[in-house]
Amino acid sequence: MLRFILRRLLLLIPVIIGLTIIMFAIARLLPGDPVALAAGPNATQAEIAALAVEYGLDKPVWTQYANYVSGLAHGDFGTSLLTRRPVATDIAAYLPATLELVFAAMIIAVAVGIPLGLVTAVWRNRWPDYLAQVGAIGAISMPRFFLGLLLQLCFAMWLMWLPLGGRLPIVVIPPPSVTGFLTIDSLIAGNWTAFTMSLRHLALPAIAMSLSPLATIMRMMRSSTIEVMQQDYVMTARALGLPSRKIITKYVARNAVSATLTVIGLYFGWLLGGTVLVETVFDWPGLGLYATKAIVSQDMMPVIGVALVIGLLFVFANLIIDVLYGVINPKVRYS
Amino acid sequence: MTAPLLSIQNLHLKMSSFDGRAHVLNGINLTVNRGEIWGLVGESGCGKSLTGLSISRLQPTPPAHYVAGEILLEGQDLLKLSQAQMQRLRGKRIGMIFQDPTTNLNPAFRIGEQLVDVALAAAEHDAGVLDCPPNAGRRARRIAARKLAGDMLARVGIPNAQARLDSYPHQFSGGMRQRVLIAMALIGRPDLLIADEPTTALDVSVQAQILELIKNSVNDFDMGVVLITHNLGVVAQTCSHVAVMYAGNIVESGPVAAVIGSPVHPYTRALMSAIPTRETKRGMLRGLAGSVPNLIVPPPGCRFAPRCQFALPACTAAMPAAVPVGNDHAVACIRVAEMEALVHG
Repeated sequence: MLRFILRRLLLLIPVIIGLTIIMFAIARLLPGDPVALAAGPNATQAEIAALAVEYGLDKPVWTQYANYVSGLAHGDFGTSLLTRRPVATDIAAYLPATLELVFAAMIIAVAVGIPLGLVTAVWRNRWPDYLAQVGAIGAISMPRFFLGLLLQLCFAMWLMWLPLGGRLPIVVIPPPSVTGFLTIDSLIAGNWTAFTMSLRHLALPAIAMSLSPLATIMRMMRSSTIEVMQQDYVMTARALGLPSRKIITKYVARNAVSATLTVIGLYFGWLLGGTVLVETVFDWPGLGLYATKAIVSQDMMPVIGVALVIGLLFVFANLIIDVLYGVINPKVRYS
Repeated sequence: MTAPLLSIQNLHLKMSSFDGRAHVLNGINLTVNRGEIWGLVGESGCGKSLTGLSISRLQPTPPAHYVAGEILLEGQDLLKLSQAQMQRLRGKRIGMIFQDPTTNLNPAFRIGEQLVDVALAAAEHDAGVLDCPPNAGRRARRIAARKLAGDMLARVGIPNAQARLDSYPHQFSGGMRQRVLIAMALIGRPDLLIADEPTTALDVSVQAQILELIKNSVNDFDMGVVLITHNLGVVAQTCSHVAVMYAGNIVESGPVAAVIGSPVHPYTRALMSAIPTRETKRGMLRGLAGSVPNLIVPPPGCRFAPRCQFALPACTAAMPAAVPVGNDHAVACIRVAEMEALVHG
């Protein structure tokens, strides 16, 4: 198992090299002069040239690339032209917000999608199943930003149950940062007000992000459950008097989940890369918003940094899924 | 006299399919007592597995539809029970073993856990299964069930049984898995064991061991067995009685020595003569002319008549009733007297 994990971690090296090369190439191909943009409309040619020297942008692109990679080895992601801060600092500030959102969305998607998939498989081709299938198609086909707007309209504007956007109202003092997740930090600090407030702010964007993976997980779970229910060992379990409820929730569920795990891993990466629109709609101060601003001002260092971090997280998420797969499926574990 | 362990009376089963309703069980009569091993033999599709599944009511309805008949387990008609009531009998009073040991154990769970769950389910309805007081807590019951699981594994001949409880199914060979499944079927101390082709997927040498195990368990557990197979060799080796099925009917039944020693029904005789012997020349395997009839539009009268070399016009009039020809030996054929003369003459 340890060798397996190490081997998968080694895979990160080609991923990093590939990502950086692609991102550098794109940055080079884009028209426009980011340095001029960063220096401001009134800057003189000399000032622009000085800024380019300061950031090493006067050198040939392969030197820039070599400098960047050697910086990466020391945890240096370069400096943002826009914020004038190290990209690593910025990412450290914005990443937890995005991760919190993605985790919350995945928790909702898994916690609802898996039981719903089981239930619709057991009740297949009856009305609860049809209802869930129609809902799933709706959830998958609706764009997330539009869903976000609908949720805002419904729960924030009309019903006024939940806040419109942001992570915390200005009047609430945020808890000291430990994990960067406001919900967990406020629990650690024992700050109940901050906890409920951050949870209420988290709810709508997390739901908006969760529906599509929820529907996919549900449908995967439904089809794999139906397949597992036709297996001989389910017949044996029935023939030997195990209660149907136990057969479904214990024996069938575990076999069916392993097929669904892969989708969960893929969706994690997909959500990480796809937070931009939801973060924009809900004014959520995460990586997506940060990257959007950087792209608009052609500030390439943050864009490359964000792409790298998301790529790394994606590989990690799938590594965790593979390990979980071994936990659930003993055959994988022992071979 | 008390009611027999299992008594199937005039069981008719129809099966809905795309092409229409097939009359797949056409009046099955079968009585099994404790201590008896009944072999149920016949070609594929003759209804032998369906009979087994019907006893434990595992055949979904629809598509199956019980038209008439009774399945009595010590006098209680199983066809009148709800699925919830049946669930209480399964594992506890009726144990089942299926054909393929590689697919009948859940690959994701340790075998100990699967055995324990069956034992606990059986103990729900008969506290005597576990060796602990009936009001014992969950933990105590689990511990007792685990001990019982280890004992059962040892009984079916798995070495180092207690430690093997923590193994997964794929860590056993096919024969060992079938032993585990037998342990699982017997852990609730059933009165009746239904074994559906339990050795078909196994090597011949392992096959003999498994059959021996089933044979020994009959005495140990004082139960009756219905052994479904298409292999007459298995029947001769293991069973005390045999019922020969053809197209949804039992055409001949009785003690193994009588039925296999002196078969009377033309179908049984044809089956017996199809078994190659030492004298059979290479390339001279004898089969049975014709094929299994379509059960949606079954042939009138005796269903074997179209393939029978002794058939008379009268054979197509009505399905012949079983006629006793000896001690417990019964044959469903209108020419039974002439056939008997043929056997003994």
